[in-house]
Amino acid sequence: MSPDLLVSFLTKLNALTGGVFLLCAFGLVGIRQMLTCLRIYVFQSLLLAISAIILGYFHASIHLFVVAALTIVTKVFIIPWVLRQAVGYESYAKREISQAINIPASLLIAVVIAIFSYYIASPLLTAGAGVFEKVNLPIGMASLLIGTYTVTVRGEAVPQLLGILAMENGAFFAGISIAPNLPLIAELAAAFYVLITVLVIGLLAMRIHKMIAKTAVGELMALREE
Amino acid sequence: MVEKIIFNVIQVIVVMAFAPLIKGISARLKENVQSKRGPSIFQPYRDIWKLFHKDEIVSEHSSWIFRFTPYVVFITPIFVALLIPVLTGYPLFFAFMGDMLGGGFILALGGFFATLAAIDTGNPYGPMGASRTRMVGFLAEPVFMIVFFTVSFIAGSTIPYIVQKYWVSPLANFFQPSHILMLLAFLMLILAESGRIPVDNPTGHFELAMIDESKGLEYSGRGAALMKWGGAMKFFVLCCIFLNVLVAPWGLAQGVQYWEVLLAIPLILIKIIIFVFVLVAIESSLAKLRLFRITEFLGAAFATSVAAMITDLFLM
Repeated sequence: MSPDLLVSFLTKLNALTGGVFLLCAFGLVGIRQMLTCLRIYVFQSLLLAISAIILGYFHASIHLFVVAALTIVTKVFIIPWVLRQAVGYESYAKREISQAINIPASLLIAVVIAIFSYYIASPLLTAGAGVFEKVNLPIGMASLLIGTYTVTVRGEAVPQLLGILAMENGAFFAGISIAPNLPLIAELAAAFYVLITVLVIGLLAMRIHKMIAKTAVGELMALREE
Repeated sequence: MVEKIIFNVIQVIVVMAFAPLIKGISARLKENVQSKRGPSIFQPYRDIWKLFHKDEIVSEHSSWIFRFTPYVVFITPIFVALLIPVLTGYPLFFAFMGDMLGGGFILALGGFFATLAAIDTGNPYGPMGASRTRMVGFLAEPVFMIVFFTVSFIAGSTIPYIVQKYWVSPLANFFQPSHILMLLAFLMLILAESGRIPVDNPTGHFELAMIDESKGLEYSGRGAALMKWGGAMKFFVLCCIFLNVLVAPWGLAQGVQYWEVLLAIPLILIKIIIFVFVLVAIESSLAKLRLFRITEFLGAAFATSVAAMITDLFLM
């Protein structure tokens, strides 16, 4: 395979990863089942790792391979395990997720958010921008904003947490393209940050579940002293 | 020139002859997945043959639309088969008469008449199914539009023969994100348009839950045969558009020799049968959605198609 063809192939592959990454962000907004949401998040993290490997190969940067390895270890294995342990099975078995705005409207809003993020990313992508930044920056921003939206509309604890994690995924997806030589300590810190967040929110969700037998935090309106 | 006309006619004959077979294979496979033996794969041919030899009863309260509709439903897929690549990778005689949008309009004409005929007879289930079909139809329409916009945006044309070449020259184009996402959106559209499981249950015989089937309930004899055959051909044509135009032009005849065109017939059948396997896997693993969940399914298709369009904006 000639180098030109390889680069063109890698570009397309990275773009495809980006497209499916964006689709996963839509999935987190539009899917009712909690367990499926968790699987989609795992898949999105896997796509982040794939993109990091492609970019790492292209920039010959060991840091991006470290990012990929950390992503796979923490987000594909540890976080789902922690979440399954912390939050009881009955929360996942539930099929309906209460949502402030219904799903078709949410999907349309997510589409608008994605277009908006392309719009705000375009001034940043001047003529000097490489082909990978053109894919990763807007899609990462879109995933960040759609994650924020998910946190806003979902009424359950676990999907809200997955929204926060999708924001973090999006930030990383944009970050690996614009800063391929991130210091190692930042990567490690980010990975542990995420883990601690998951642990804290997971434990909180478990406590809420024990107290009121569900995790619909959207319905918790008033503070009550015991 | 004469050869191209002959090839065009061969295309139409292939669509007419093998459409019931694909329907039979799909029905048989679905039964096999459910550990049943299932009907013979040639059952649709026998059904159509039997219906052609039966008397036709037409309600005296129905108008000419009811009598005219089976012919429209039967003819429209044949017209589309003239426009799209079924067997050959190069344009045939009628290729430039209409683009993919034109093909979509022609298929929509058949659907429109079927809806009118369902309302025409006054059977209470007909209008119900017709209005549901319209609901699915108008939710599917924007997805169709966005998919065609994406195709014309990327490939620079909506003529199917030009579009199909674009995906494989060079091969890296095949892995373009907009291509893969668009395929996903179109697959969801095929499920919705041909009344398959997440949207509608084609084997269900419960009138209240029917979407697509209840439109043909009033037909008997020759009318029913034409409606069935037309429906099978519509599915075949949609498969051809999906597999030959949108996925890749692999397996199509490139030369003008007769044996090359004839060799393309088993190849397209193999492609469609593989696709039917995928469809059966989807249908057997999903449950039918409640009617008001269909908006979510097609909303997801719409989000996918828009994602296909915008991921390409910055790669140009």
